[in-house]
Amino acid sequence: MEAPLLSIRQLTVDFHTDTGDFRAVDGLTFDIPKGRTVALVGESGSGKSVTAQAILQILPKKARIAGGSVVFNDPALQAPIDIAALKPEGEAMHLLRGGRIAMIFQEPMTSLSPLHTIGDQISEALLIHADVSKAKALQRTMEVLARVGFPDPKRALRTYPFELSGGLRQRAMIAMALITRPALLIADEPTTALDVTTQAQILDLIKELQAETGMSVLLITHDLGVVANIADDVVVMYRGRVMERGSREDIFRSAQHPYLKALMRAVPRFAMAEHERLTPIREVRSATLESAHAPERPQPQGSILKAEGLTKCFTLRSGRFFGKPRTIHAVNEVDLTLPVGKTLGLVGESGCGKTTVSKMIMRALQPDAGRVLFDDGTGPKDVHQLEGDALTAYRRSVQFIFQDPFSSLNPRMTVYEILTEPLRIHNIGTPDERYERVKQLLDMVGLDQRSLRRYPHSFSGGQRQRLGIARALALEPRVLLCDEPVSALDVSVQAQVLNLLKDLQSALGLSYLFVSHNLAVVDYIADTIAVMCRGYIVEEAPKSSLFRNPVHPYTQALLAAVPDPDLDRPLDFAKLRADRFSNPAQWPEPFRIPDGEFGVMQEIEPGHKVRMGRARTQEAA
Amino acid sequence: MISFLLRRLVTMAVTLFIISALVFFIIKLPPGDFLSNLIQELRAQGDNAAIAKAEFLIKQYGLDRPAWEQYLIWIGAMPGPNGFSGLLQGDWGWSFEYDKPVVDVVGDALWLTLLVNLAAVVFIHVVAIPIAIYSATRQYSIGDYIATFIGYIGLATPSFLLALILLYYLNRWFGVSIGGLYDAKYAGEPWTWDKIRSLLSHLIVPTIVIGLAGTASMIRRMRANLLDELGKQYYVTAKAKGLGPTKALLKYPFRMSLNPFIADIGNLLPHLVSGSVLVSLVLSLPTVGPILLSALKNQDQFLAGFILMFVALLTVVGMLISDILLAWIDPRIRMGGAR
Repeated sequence: MEAPLLSIRQLTVDFHTDTGDFRAVDGLTFDIPKGRTVALVGESGSGKSVTAQAILQILPKKARIAGGSVVFNDPALQAPIDIAALKPEGEAMHLLRGGRIAMIFQEPMTSLSPLHTIGDQISEALLIHADVSKAKALQRTMEVLARVGFPDPKRALRTYPFELSGGLRQRAMIAMALITRPALLIADEPTTALDVTTQAQILDLIKELQAETGMSVLLITHDLGVVANIADDVVVMYRGRVMERGSREDIFRSAQHPYLKALMRAVPRFAMAEHERLTPIREVRSATLESAHAPERPQPQGSILKAEGLTKCFTLRSGRFFGKPRTIHAVNEVDLTLPVGKTLGLVGESGCGKTTVSKMIMRALQPDAGRVLFDDGTGPKDVHQLEGDALTAYRRSVQFIFQDPFSSLNPRMTVYEILTEPLRIHNIGTPDERYERVKQLLDMVGLDQRSLRRYPHSFSGGQRQRLGIARALALEPRVLLCDEPVSALDVSVQAQVLNLLKDLQSALGLSYLFVSHNLAVVDYIADTIAVMCRGYIVEEAPKSSLFRNPVHPYTQALLAAVPDPDLDRPLDFAKLRADRFSNPAQWPEPFRIPDGEFGVMQEIEPGHKVRMGRARTQEAA
Repeated sequence: MISFLLRRLVTMAVTLFIISALVFFIIKLPPGDFLSNLIQELRAQGDNAAIAKAEFLIKQYGLDRPAWEQYLIWIGAMPGPNGFSGLLQGDWGWSFEYDKPVVDVVGDALWLTLLVNLAAVVFIHVVAIPIAIYSATRQYSIGDYIATFIGYIGLATPSFLLALILLYYLNRWFGVSIGGLYDAKYAGEPWTWDKIRSLLSHLIVPTIVIGLAGTASMIRRMRANLLDELGKQYYVTAKAKGLGPTKALLKYPFRMSLNPFIADIGNLLPHLVSGSVLVSLVLSLPTVGPILLSALKNQDQFLAGFILMFVALLTVVGMLISDILLAWIDPRIRMGGAR
């Protein structure tokens, strides 16, 4: 059998920190065969990224390779070399780095310098490693940019990263990595920051380029769906050690290690049974949640929250002086209905207007047209007309859970202060009562009461998100607006938080508006799903009927683009290559919506509504 | 770009106009002026010829008119006794204290001030940037601690005190007098090669004295900025490309960390003139600082007004330069809002 391109044996990486030494990678052993894709899977903190950095010798200052070997058997070199034995800043390492082994990173915005053009940054990689003239290098850059799918490569040379969309930036990163024709490409979470449809296109591109150049790929990811779609071999890591490794077939069809099995059970899938529950790796227990119940209060007759014809435009300052300001239609005639005790999922890609909608419901933004109706049992009232006590009562009834658990908690406040703040603002209870309430809240979200005096930085991401949920629950709200509450979390923690939200809903009778870009997550938690694109709700249906019978082309594309951790449901890359599904003016008839029109929602089966263009309605009428 | 420049020039002109009004009326705020004080003094002495001359000057410069008319005459927007003759026409006025035109009083001093302070600015950057890069890339090393320690001493030492100490010890140990900007024998002489040599050798001490505090603070700020940038992802990308450490550092994080310093140019230019007054006094440097001080004390209105206007002009020009430079080196600013 041919020698593998890269064989890692007993690799150990130590971190020396002020709080003591810490072994990030512990005796790691695996091979990357030539021309194949190896996926390195694990939760955050499992040592995946450190492994990649060790291969390139770009470890942080505090880290050091303590032992083991990384033998790189490059066909372009005479003899195999042990990278672990090379000096990080030595000549040999510089030649390998970027030349024979290239890397792409997770965050395409921050991985490129905002001060240098794309052309400059990509051609630089070639100029370092190949003896070519500047003009020749730019020529090659243009070819590579064209290959990775830039519509106008000549212009792209002179653009800056911030002028590009996330997908194009990641394409530029790939171009930069591939311009030197490396033997090994390390992709560290290359699609985590991207929308699903863009993710599918980037994965497709990596696959194609691999077939063309015969390079090997080391794919680092936490997304088992991505792994199932593009990896040949899989290595599962936990706390710096390999838990299980094998071919994709072995891993997905007959997982052996309990950790891997647990990881698979924690991922929401489309084909889940009606009342099937995700199993987080570490379950959170609460003593009081069982006995908790909704406060006695009048319940609304119909839906608790209703949006009617919400419309919002933003005016952007034009880049040129004296230029005309541009108007962005962020939200177009959005109608939503949230029944009591149910969950409405709002799905769409970044920039589709879902956050704007939730902000208008919060009354953080004033809509240009339309209204939000809230019913607290005394009949529906327009939220944007509320004043005085009625407004305060509304604020108590509707609370928000934020996406980023790191920046949404004040780092200078203790947990006790964070959780009592809503009570203090609304003047509820005596200090003793507040203390009791906070203890109860902490227990409800499964946190220890001893955490009261600690500051947010000493909690993990999942624990912080649970703190955010506890804060939102402090005022006994009726409605929670959850804006991407799990998208910053690991799969195992995500399952934890999703289960918590479900349990809270059944115990306290809460209603959720759940905003997310992740269809599988929304499928798991929501009862009704509304799909949003470019400010329009394009399709709205109970979840069973949406997934069984998606009608709108955008919904279909969105569904097709979600990688499923199931070998029998591979992504259909060919279908996703066309980039037309997010432009209302390019949707096929009868869905096409010309500029300046809104189209209308039509009910095609009970509860299942789809947005159609104007033409169709006129025929119908 | 051109419309941007035009708009900036118009706002600059308006700003300068407002500043000139403020400067003039603040100088005028204390009762009396240089000449009326002088006339009172002369009356007491009974020197009639001098009184006549002073009264002639009052007429000549319209000091008997209302303040707003004086102002308009000063800036050259209204005909005075000599027709239109003010700042706009390039007539900087008359210094009563020195009994010379302002241009003659300030002339050399202005250029020497710019020279001394430019030297200090160059010194600051040349010394501070390499040290800052060193201590940022080797954070918490011995060298970093030494640089930090020296930096704190530099920040904490009052520069006039350092000037006095240097003045004393250099004279005692090396027998050199470092007061002034050139040897006393060259005063009033035309600029010859020897005079320039003398100037250069006298420039060293003021440069160090004036520059030290700036160097120290620049090391601290540059180090902090660079440390922020060194943790950024794009620096890792640059290293992953195989770029050598020095080149990767200078091309990416270093350039990113320059922005605040370019934004500082606007403050730096006026500081060239008005800063270092104390040091100039101690080292008896023939710069503008001491002249401005005495002009303000004696209500020598045209001299003080001119120097303040000059500083104001440098400020607005400095702001313009730093804005243009920022837009030039940072595409995010150049294309801001265009996405």
